[in-house]
Amino acid sequence: MRPPPTSTEAPTTAPDAHIEPKGAPLTNPRAIARARRKAALGRVWREYRRNKMGMAGLIVLAIFVFVAIFAPLLASACGLDPTCPSTGPQLQPPTPKYPFGTDDLGRSVLTLTIWGTRISMMVGLIATMITMVIGTAVGLTAGYYGAWRETVLMRFTDWFLVIPFLPLAIVLASLLGPSFYTIIFVIGITSWPSSARVIRAQVLSLKTRSYVERARALGASDWHLVTRHILPNVGPLIFANTVLIVAVAILSESTLSFLGLGDPLHTSWGTILENAFGAGAPFAGNWWWVVPPGLAIVLLVLSFTMIGYALDDILNPKLRAR
Amino acid sequence: MSEHPQAAGQAALSESAPPLLDVRDLKVTFAGRVGLGAGLVGRKATLSRAVDGVSLQLREGEVLALAGESGCGKTTAARAIMGLEPPNEGQILFEGKPITRDLHAYRRRVQMVFQDPTGALNPRQTIYESVAEGLRIHRIHRGPNGETEEQLVAKALARAGMRPAERFFLNYPHELSGGQKQRVVIAGALVLDPRILVADEPVSNLDASVRGEILRLLLQLRDDLGLAILVVTHDLGLAWTIADRLAVMYLGRIVEIGPAEYVLTRALHPYTKALLNVVPEVGGLERPVLTGEPPDPTNIPPGCRFHPRCPAVASGKAAAAGVEPKCRGEDLGLVELRPGHFAACHLATVAVRGVAKSAGGS
Amino acid sequence: MSLLSVRDLHVNYHTRAGPVPAVRGADLDIAKGEVLGLAGESGCGKSTIAGALLRLLPAGTEVTGSIKLNGEDVLGMRPGRLRAVRWTETSIVFQGAMHSLNPVQRVGSQIAEAIVIHQQAGEKEARVRVGALLEQVGLPPRRIDDHPHELSGGQTQRVMIAMALACNPSLVIADEPTTALDVMVQAQVLKLLKDLQRDLGLAMLFITHDLSVLIEVCDRLAIMYAGRIVEDGPARSVFYESAHPYTKALAAAFPEIGESRFRMAPSGLPGDPPYPQELPSGCTFHPRCPVAFEACSHVDPRLFDVSPGWRAACLLVESAKGELDGADAGGGG
Repeated sequence: MRPPPTSTEAPTTAPDAHIEPKGAPLTNPRAIARARRKAALGRVWREYRRNKMGMAGLIVLAIFVFVAIFAPLLASACGLDPTCPSTGPQLQPPTPKYPFGTDDLGRSVLTLTIWGTRISMMVGLIATMITMVIGTAVGLTAGYYGAWRETVLMRFTDWFLVIPFLPLAIVLASLLGPSFYTIIFVIGITSWPSSARVIRAQVLSLKTRSYVERARALGASDWHLVTRHILPNVGPLIFANTVLIVAVAILSESTLSFLGLGDPLHTSWGTILENAFGAGAPFAGNWWWVVPPGLAIVLLVLSFTMIGYALDDILNPKLRAR
Repeated sequence: MSEHPQAAGQAALSESAPPLLDVRDLKVTFAGRVGLGAGLVGRKATLSRAVDGVSLQLREGEVLALAGESGCGKTTAARAIMGLEPPNEGQILFEGKPITRDLHAYRRRVQMVFQDPTGALNPRQTIYESVAEGLRIHRIHRGPNGETEEQLVAKALARAGMRPAERFFLNYPHELSGGQKQRVVIAGALVLDPRILVADEPVSNLDASVRGEILRLLLQLRDDLGLAILVVTHDLGLAWTIADRLAVMYLGRIVEIGPAEYVLTRALHPYTKALLNVVPEVGGLERPVLTGEPPDPTNIPPGCRFHPRCPAVASGKAAAAGVEPKCRGEDLGLVELRPGHFAACHLATVAVRGVAKSAGGS
Repeated sequence: MSLLSVRDLHVNYHTRAGPVPAVRGADLDIAKGEVLGLAGESGCGKSTIAGALLRLLPAGTEVTGSIKLNGEDVLGMRPGRLRAVRWTETSIVFQGAMHSLNPVQRVGSQIAEAIVIHQQAGEKEARVRVGALLEQVGLPPRRIDDHPHELSGGQTQRVMIAMALACNPSLVIADEPTTALDVMVQAQVLKLLKDLQRDLGLAMLFITHDLSVLIEVCDRLAIMYAGRIVEDGPARSVFYESAHPYTKALAAAFPEIGESRFRMAPSGLPGDPPYPQELPSGCTFHPRCPVAFEACSHVDPRLFDVSPGWRAACLLVESAKGELDGADAGGGG
């Protein structure tokens, strides 16, 4: 649909804009533009709904979010405490009373898994936030200003890029003591470089667009250019990138907790696995202790990945089949 | 040094008023990169003299076309005039004052129209926002007669031929055609009530049948608003259609400037003649065509910068007229060979004046 | 017998939004050694035709009608025969040579690739042929080992032409070959094409939006609008005496320097070329036509004869009048 030929001809029907009643002035174009943006989001959602992979990921994620939020209602916190009366016989395979069996302290693995969701997701999300904030700030500044700022920042980025993840985590854990804050910190400072590079590349390409030049020709300041032109167009990329980073962060947390760098007093899927392996579960055949947390990690990470790909398909203009 | 061309014979222009835009000996140089190794052994960066001494004047209500092949520096000159590229030497005067004095205020008075209308509009902004952007950047909340921002945007869109303006407010660029997008870009420029419009290849990306309407719009804006327009183009046919005066650029300099009709039908400079020769028309291919690729601004020939490719030198005409040594060794600026019509050519100077002019003479 | 004969070609692209008719019934004829120009603006379907002739359109595109190359039906060819025909009988010079060449491969080997694929020669012999081809297109043979980025725009376009000639085709399709080039370089490339065409007796289909370029090179001219050919005939007649109002408007958009009627009088058409998905009723050109009348909005004209060998799809053509009266008498539409 396209607006009518531009001339003094009689106007024909306009495109799918809301047609204001004749005589009523456009009261607040900013508010209407905002409503228009919401409509655009609606379009993205409708397109997203058609993407099977994305929808599958979203549903799985929704389940996990639900479990994380309503954990206290689904499984009593007492179940995490070995001295709680609800604990049962040790190392028991799945039964109706304990659907995922019990661990070596008689705790229900189901309860452990449900509560583990909270920590795993939270650590993943906070670490991701740190990553994206640093990565975006560095990538945006380096890409937009170029010159010496870019050189300095990108060398700085490269330095962090080569820091080995695991040795750093181990060293920091031994210095600061094992806890989830250590894990968040480690994930944050080792993940931001790749985001920064991706964002910088996008900013570099956006900088050369004519509409940025046009705004500069109109007299725009750097701040105006970055906030009104560059950021909104990098936004979709940042969003899709964030989703994928969350997946990586959750996986990293599980790895580090598994290695014993997490807080031994709190339960995350990684710590469950740590305890299980520590007690020799795989070799003793106690599969029910290992499979649920492992499967949970895989499913959650997979869901984020699928959502990320679906978003990329929709938002990345190059991938859209026009 | 170039003499300042006087645009005589333009009925609508007043001789006594100073030019709106006065560009004096503009030079813009780009430095190439020097690798670390090369830098260590003292190798200097290659200098690309994109604009190498350009002078021109633009009067109110005048359409000046700046023509040349790619790499001649016309786009760089236009961007320098817009303040987007800092000049290395020379002055740009607007209403008699250097633009560097207050670039922000200057930007209100001189606006640009871009080659690619699709790229020039932010795909995430509505048409309203794109046009209003100029007002918001300069914090203009009310028009000179108390109009609101909406009224100013509507007026600009209507002036650019988008009627009824309000119906386009909420569209996004991808919903419009090429011609409509260009009109939106023009509206975005008009909303600040500029006095000069710099149009960089305003129609070359548009469909042929649509170009006429946009060109007609530009002429109309000149007639109704008294806008001065500087059109940068490679298409001499476009200059024939809308330009009052035409300046032909080669390797960073203007080699011929004058009333468009004269430059296009009675060209003085061999380069202009060569360009006119290759404009396609029936049975044209048997005409001589300039050989070689356009030379690069990092390696400017001595003497007249066009002499290595000049058909007059190659065919011996320059030698016959006795100016060949000058062509090879003596650089020269624009010389007024007919009233208001200037060319930088030793041969043309001799042909018209009968006596060779030396560089720097008056 | 004509070298290329296209009848009633229809091409529909399949998109998420449904089928898009890019070409809606086109007829073309090119005889041996003849140069046919195909002109039109965005959305008219000219590049689609170029792709359709060698079946290079994306999978799933619906192509119906008849395309006969030397009497052989292209659309019915088996894949093996099609591959053999591609390049040896018909080749294409693409627009934007910079993007059609592999940046990491030397140009000589890219040209030789065509020769070797069609087993016309071994590698050594192919190299010799490539050297000869480069000379033919005006490039020094030592360029054979250059990479594309070492050549200028005009030079890469010459490489494309050399590549198109590598297997001695009888028909060359040139799709906007000079569009991205400077005027001076464009003139050089056009001269080259014209010389080669004359020396080698090539037939050419020259596709472009720049009508003025076609006048220099073509014997006959076909104008496309909204997926159909709206006028075709001898180049001079079509350009200077256009029978179709669209051709007239298009020709006027390329003004002749020195003609006072163009001075300060830009001429163009209101509106924009239509999208294939939203074609106007009747004659697809009528909303923009300066001389449209009542019948134009509900009668879709076919090609009427203006004179032998010259046709235009417009109700204003003399020979259309009879048809129109008949249609009116029958109740229109």
